[in-house]
Amino acid sequence: MAKTDIRRFAGFRATTWLCLLVLYAPLVIVAIYSFNASTSITRWGGFSLKWYVDVFSGPEAPKFRAAAINSFAIAIGAATCATIIATAAAVAMNRAGRFRGKLASLALINLPLMVPEIVTAVASLIFFITIGFKTGLLTIFVAHLVFCIPFAYLPIAARMKSVPDMFEQAAMDLYATPWEAFRLVLLPLMVPGILSGFLLAFIISLDDFLITNFVKGAGIETLPTAIFGSVKQGIKPNIMAISTLLLGVSVVLVTLSWLIGRAGQNKK
Amino acid sequence: MAGVAPGGSGSGSDIYRGNGPRLMLPVWVFIGIFLLLPVILMAVYSFLTKEFRGGVIWDFTLAAYDQFFLNRGLFGDEPATIEWTYIGIFWRSIWQAGLATVFCLLIGFPTAWYVATRPASTRSVWLFLITIPYWVNLLIRTVSMKFLLRDTGPLNEFLMWTGLISDPLSLINTNFAVQVGLFYSYLPFMVLPIYAAVERYDFSLSEAAADLYCNNWTTLRLVILPAVKPGIVAGCILVFVPSLGAFLAPDLLGGAKTFMIGSLIEEQFKGAAGNWPFGAAAAMILLTLVMVVLLIHARVQVREDR
Repeated sequence: MAKTDIRRFAGFRATTWLCLLVLYAPLVIVAIYSFNASTSITRWGGFSLKWYVDVFSGPEAPKFRAAAINSFAIAIGAATCATIIATAAAVAMNRAGRFRGKLASLALINLPLMVPEIVTAVASLIFFITIGFKTGLLTIFVAHLVFCIPFAYLPIAARMKSVPDMFEQAAMDLYATPWEAFRLVLLPLMVPGILSGFLLAFIISLDDFLITNFVKGAGIETLPTAIFGSVKQGIKPNIMAISTLLLGVSVVLVTLSWLIGRAGQNKK
Repeated sequence: MAGVAPGGSGSGSDIYRGNGPRLMLPVWVFIGIFLLLPVILMAVYSFLTKEFRGGVIWDFTLAAYDQFFLNRGLFGDEPATIEWTYIGIFWRSIWQAGLATVFCLLIGFPTAWYVATRPASTRSVWLFLITIPYWVNLLIRTVSMKFLLRDTGPLNEFLMWTGLISDPLSLINTNFAVQVGLFYSYLPFMVLPIYAAVERYDFSLSEAAADLYCNNWTTLRLVILPAVKPGIVAGCILVFVPSLGAFLAPDLLGGAKTFMIGSLIEEQFKGAAGNWPFGAAAAMILLTLVMVVLLIHARVQVREDR
């Protein structure tokens, strides 16, 4: 008698396929309908790129363009700053021995992940209004920077843990200063982790709706808040086109981050 | 990428010894000033007096919490009875979030198990496929679900085409739609931690159970589930906590009858009937609930590690 496979359970494979179907079906359907030639959003009228043309040159194009510029500018700025801050924090956690407040610091880094988003949104709004900080691009940037830090930190700290410190030790035996050891030895070894961290922070910033919606101030939109405003009046085909574009950006960036992470692992 | 924080309790290397506090300073400045301080300020606001059309008057009062828990009649002069409106909204949110957690677990566990038992070469691809939707804009995913569930949407068209139904089902603006939205939003959060736990599972335990005449399902119940429990608990928390405060799924897929905590809070700051101290109080109650869940989890974990 063949021994039964201890790893196999009836129905688990089917459930996995169901899980993938549930996760992907809505996205694929919206992507398909974004190429619909018909003006009625649910009747299929043949393949067309007209809604993509509409996004770039239609009546709402200036609004979307401004929102896209805001979104990308904030994402690049917030992700860059968050990556630098997270790298410094990772060095402190992994390479600086014990110091006072180390555990509290780790808790603080993870705080944005623990506080519910709606609470962060409300608290940020109250804070900015109370200190008289005019809501606008700068408040969105600061709020994004805060919640980007833990997402940048996770891959950077994981990578730093897996890089042994003997190379830096060797550099310092050869009279490198700590700063030189960091800049010339550790930093190049950290590139995959830092890139992953930056990309994840970038995506998280690009995706945020709720916090942005609270701290954005009147008249300033990012892509998610602009899309939300449109959807409130009903789903239009151009919204499906712009959603598909944004979806594509996320998928490309995550894939990049994954490939970089894998390349880093293989090298090790 | 799996969303699990690497532990930092070990002192690790100390080649940059003495620089720790300096390197940590930016974290303290940004998260401390722009998150910790605002949350404390929000707690203060929940004890202030409301000003009409938003904002507050700096007079300390318990009015916000009183309004949340007690009903004193239209003019506030009747004997106080318990006010069920807001407790009801919280209860519905807890129920919806709990239900979403159960469904995510039912689908997520088999998926995590299946992915984790793939050969190493294909495993990372499977894992990647599960992870992608997690990184796709939550708003876009919720809008996609709204489109799918519409009265004249693809799901209804499909069901009518198959002949299962003759008239479109009205799915949108129901508790069901909100439930589907929550499930769909947070499903990857369930899979990833369970996957991590199954990957660490020692399969010789299953072999030992099989040698002792356990069938696979008995092994699952008596050996595997207890062994991967930390991953299951982590997954449940990662689904339950964001579901509890969710805003997009109830707002876009639900209607007035499916109101959840997130919408209640948002309305106090955006809607016409703005009441900042009340919104701050509701947010404080939500934050307290979440912190209680996280604290219980942390305590149990510490006890089990010992």
